[in-house]
Amino acid sequence: MPAQINTAKPKFEIKMGPSTREAFGRTVVELGRENRDVVVVDADLSKSTMTTYFAKEFPDRFFSCGIAEANMVGVGAGLAMVGKIPFIASFSVFVMNKGFEQMRIGAAYGRSNLKVVGTHSGITIGEDGPSQMSIEEISLACSLAGFVVMAPADENAAKALVRAAAAYNGPVFIRCGRPKAPVVYGTDQKFEIGKSIELAAGGDITLIANGLLVAQALLAADLLEAEGVSARVIDMHTVKPLDRDAIARAAAETGAIVVAEEHLVDGGLGVRVAQAVAESNPCVMEFVGIHDRYAESGHPDEMLEKYGLAARDIAAAARKALARKR
Amino acid sequence: MAKSIPELQGIAKRVRRDIVEMITAAKSGHPGGSLSAVEIVVELYFNHMRIDPANPKWADRDRFILSKGHAAPVLYSVMAERGYADAPKDKLNTLRQFGSVFQGHPDMRFIPSLEASTGSLGQGLSLGLGMALGSRLDARPSRFFVMLGDGEIQEGQIWEAAMAAPFHKVDNLVAIVDYNRIQLDGFVSDIMEVAPVAAKWREFAWHTVEIDGHDFAAIEAALAEAAATKGRPTCIVAHTIKGKGVSFMENNPKFHGVAPTQDECKLALQELN
Repeated sequence: MPAQINTAKPKFEIKMGPSTREAFGRTVVELGRENRDVVVVDADLSKSTMTTYFAKEFPDRFFSCGIAEANMVGVGAGLAMVGKIPFIASFSVFVMNKGFEQMRIGAAYGRSNLKVVGTHSGITIGEDGPSQMSIEEISLACSLAGFVVMAPADENAAKALVRAAAAYNGPVFIRCGRPKAPVVYGTDQKFEIGKSIELAAGGDITLIANGLLVAQALLAADLLEAEGVSARVIDMHTVKPLDRDAIARAAAETGAIVVAEEHLVDGGLGVRVAQAVAESNPCVMEFVGIHDRYAESGHPDEMLEKYGLAARDIAAAARKALARKR
Repeated sequence: MAKSIPELQGIAKRVRRDIVEMITAAKSGHPGGSLSAVEIVVELYFNHMRIDPANPKWADRDRFILSKGHAAPVLYSVMAERGYADAPKDKLNTLRQFGSVFQGHPDMRFIPSLEASTGSLGQGLSLGLGMALGSRLDARPSRFFVMLGDGEIQEGQIWEAAMAAPFHKVDNLVAIVDYNRIQLDGFVSDIMEVAPVAAKWREFAWHTVEIDGHDFAAIEAALAEAAATKGRPTCIVAHTIKGKGVSFMENNPKFHGVAPTQDECKLALQELN
């Protein structure tokens, strides 16, 4: 194994920034100021999804549906069909599971310009427990034909991707989180739908992550570097359409890939990356995610530790992959 | 230019003939619930809605959503009769065939003049509500008409939308229940009773009108009443006969979703002469 330790590379340090849901809430207000066609539909969670900011500034463009997600999705699709740019928001677990068929008919099959924002995604919502935790919505969203599916890592990523969603003509799902998100990006970082971002160069293995696990992957890369392993880190903020070129390159150049996601390993980012690898340059892969179970109440960090999604788990998966690579 | 009732009745008869012929040619489809809705859809497209078939995407148009999408043949025939270029009359008999624009259920990918792709029951009223809200924001004169099946209102989402529309005080939205009393498995009262239908909509704060859904004058009056009702939506509960116009299909659950044979088609067309 080549041991090219880049001593000049600064270590990633966790510095907490605002949550991605907060970034969404602030950004959709800015969008509302810029374009009067931007509207918001909510299902009694505006204080949690942070669409409350929009509701305060644009009460006439904010439509409360009460606790009725199926209707919320349909109303959103209808608004899109008369030329509005509707953002509908709820917890991921509710909008995706209770509104799935409405997204299928109204937004995917009906090709409407609907923007769906799911907050409180993954298990890092913490204390509320599994009934409120969404660990399957990326898989479900990807199975809606024509949908763009994104999972921003931090505040600046969320701001930029919410803006990109508004500018894009077609249905989009954006996965946001509840807790404060470690800062990964500066305000000058450019984002493009479907274009991944290489956060660390490396030649021995590639760590691909999105959402809150991008920070964990960066920490894992530092752990590996201390062992003489040079890890490439890629933020795959768009799960669909997938950046297949970056994946094919990573597979060819590093020969081993670990995918980490705060989601069931069934049907999420890992499976999609594996498909792209199989179709380009097959290589050794390992998957960090939630394995066929539900989590529990607890602090977000405790969740990441217990359910195997922390930096040390990603580093362990990388060691396993490297062992198989040899 | 308003059409006379005899003119509308003539159109309705042609549409009924189309429905029987289309579904016979397709060898599958839903004749009963298409025939029960004929007068309502004809009245909307020929007499009531502000539409321009030559300019189907006119922003200020009225819109019709067939939430009970399985009654697609009635909509296809009426649109063809009304002159929509993407619903060609000479192709009606390609219904449900590979390559036809006349898909089994309404599909905007094939007929862009349709206002919604439907077929999964329970969803049209929410779409109509969203359209009504967006249109009101833009101060457009458009009105939105959503046709629901009586079996369809067993879907919970209908009542989510039914609760939301009066809350948002939309008066540019009209729900029309095609109350033909039969659904796929049999009589609605045997599968899941929906009665009292009008009382339910009234309790949900809709202005509610009950009419004979085959009486053009009554439909016209109800639609006019809906247009005059301010501050809340209107529900028209239209009492209809499943399979209306063809004696052996009338009130016969078999013809909810079974195509007539060639012989039955001949008999039906004789009756519709």
